[in-house]
Amino acid sequence: MATASIRKRRRGWGFHAVMAPLTLLWVAPMVFVLVLAFRSFDDIAARGTAAWPVSLSLDGFREALGRGTMGRALWTSVQVTVPAVLLSLLLASWAAYALSRFAIPGRRAILLVMLAGNLLPPQILLIPVSRVMESLGIYDTLVALVAIHVGFGLGFYTFVLHGFMRSIPGELSEAARMDGAGPVQIYARIIMPLCRPSLAALGALATTWIFNDLIWSITVLRTEAKLPVTAALLNLQGGYVSNWNVVAAASVIAAVPTAIVFFAFQRHFVSGLLMGSNK
Amino acid sequence: MTAVAAPPRPGEAGTAPPRRRKTGLRAVPPVVWAFLLIPALVEVGMVFWPAVNSFYLSLTEWNGLGAAQPVGLDNFRDLFSDDIFLGALKNNVIWAVGFGGLSVLGGLALALALNRPRRGVGLYRSAIYLPMVFSLAVTGLFWRVQYQPDGTINTLLGAVGLESVERQWLADPHTALYAVLIAAVWRQVGYVMVLYLAGLKGTDPTLDDAAAVDGASAWQRFRFVTWPQLRGVNTVVFAVTVIDSLRTFDIVWAMTQGGPYHSSELLSTYMFQQGFTFLNLGYASAIAVVIFALALIFIITYLVRATKEEVA
Repeated sequence: MATASIRKRRRGWGFHAVMAPLTLLWVAPMVFVLVLAFRSFDDIAARGTAAWPVSLSLDGFREALGRGTMGRALWTSVQVTVPAVLLSLLLASWAAYALSRFAIPGRRAILLVMLAGNLLPPQILLIPVSRVMESLGIYDTLVALVAIHVGFGLGFYTFVLHGFMRSIPGELSEAARMDGAGPVQIYARIIMPLCRPSLAALGALATTWIFNDLIWSITVLRTEAKLPVTAALLNLQGGYVSNWNVVAAASVIAAVPTAIVFFAFQRHFVSGLLMGSNK
Repeated sequence: MTAVAAPPRPGEAGTAPPRRRKTGLRAVPPVVWAFLLIPALVEVGMVFWPAVNSFYLSLTEWNGLGAAQPVGLDNFRDLFSDDIFLGALKNNVIWAVGFGGLSVLGGLALALALNRPRRGVGLYRSAIYLPMVFSLAVTGLFWRVQYQPDGTINTLLGAVGLESVERQWLADPHTALYAVLIAAVWRQVGYVMVLYLAGLKGTDPTLDDAAAVDGASAWQRFRFVTWPQLRGVNTVVFAVTVIDSLRTFDIVWAMTQGGPYHSSELLSTYMFQQGFTFLNLGYASAIAVVIFALALIFIITYLVRATKEEVA
């Protein structure tokens, strides 16, 4: 008995002896960039990027947000992400409701085709999408970016929401129908409120995906002043080649919003990822 | 509004109790058709119609002005005598194997280590999946900083007396691809770990305990008890990683743009250059079609898996 518990405790120490350094190693690149962002240009120029900081300054952030245009890009990203997430979830919930609650012929095939659209490699869409946007007259506008995010993500969100809606007992909507509720009321008053947890999870996931996007924004936007965060960050990197504090500050600025979403919705976020894998 | 209960369809009788089918699914009111058609049309316009167009464009020569000239299969013929394309294809294979292999090994090992609840597990898990929320471009920049000539990696190597190994990781054609790969794996491991943690939750702990009582070693218990139960997760992880590696674009674009001398070029970055820098739209579409063809089998794997879940 005694030896067993000692062995157990020793195993516990072994576990932390491996995991603690590994975890530190894992977060080290982030911590390093964070520290670099707060150093001054002169300090980095004199002592190299890897040196311990001697003084802290906010110059990097000031420059990145101001002349580096990260401030404007952040606002652009908000203008794209918020409508794109809301519209995606709204349209996906419509399709999922129709497919899960009504005898639409071939509904399983429709669902899988929609999901398949989301699995396509974006490369096969890039050139035609930029042409479609041109012919719609919205090329180089944020509307185009929202439209492609919604269109490309829909299949996946529909699939996940469909899975969830299917699990809601039919008796609930049946009872509402008996009371004279139409399909729209049943959707709005019964199904959507019950879907709140999966909507939250998908919302957290979609927010990070859309906010982090690079390829769609450089495909449908041309004007530099309209670029959202990720694309602006790469432009900035080209303009501040050896100003590592500015580059580091800008990447921190681009990373913070998604990190906040992650910490605020950690549980939702993880369950959202699992929906994607449908376990 | 009168709604008629849908007759149960013969092929699906076993998928749900008949009572639910009768009350839950009914004839389709027009408004519900609108609910389905609006999203479906958006997806058709933004995804399927463009995808079909890419196939057409891949058979043409076009610089975006005037009309596209049909050239038959010439683009594909040219691809296979294009050394940069072949290099990118080879790099993509290295990428799929390296990126997939390392993130699965790392993710699975970490999931096994962090599976059972004990003190500190939550903290370790969060730290390891935190990188996953950063964009690939941000990840790329984080690592670009480390790979600088005077950056942390060279400094650490110097500190342990390995000056001879120091190099300009991203500017050296021999190391650029692998340097980018490491950064991508750093971000992906957390995701794979989450998938395996969920898979492990679905395994039966009593089997593991029984094997332990029978004197099976930790490795035997993993190999013969846990691993077979992870089959479903493995399929998903496999399909997801390969689809992801064929899509990989952002991180390479952020770190090397495919350089130096195309040494870190992937199909996606080469396609983007051909299409958006050189405006060889037909040729770029042909590369996109190749990417699609390579992804197809894995997309089907994923869909088959999804169908099974739907039925279950």
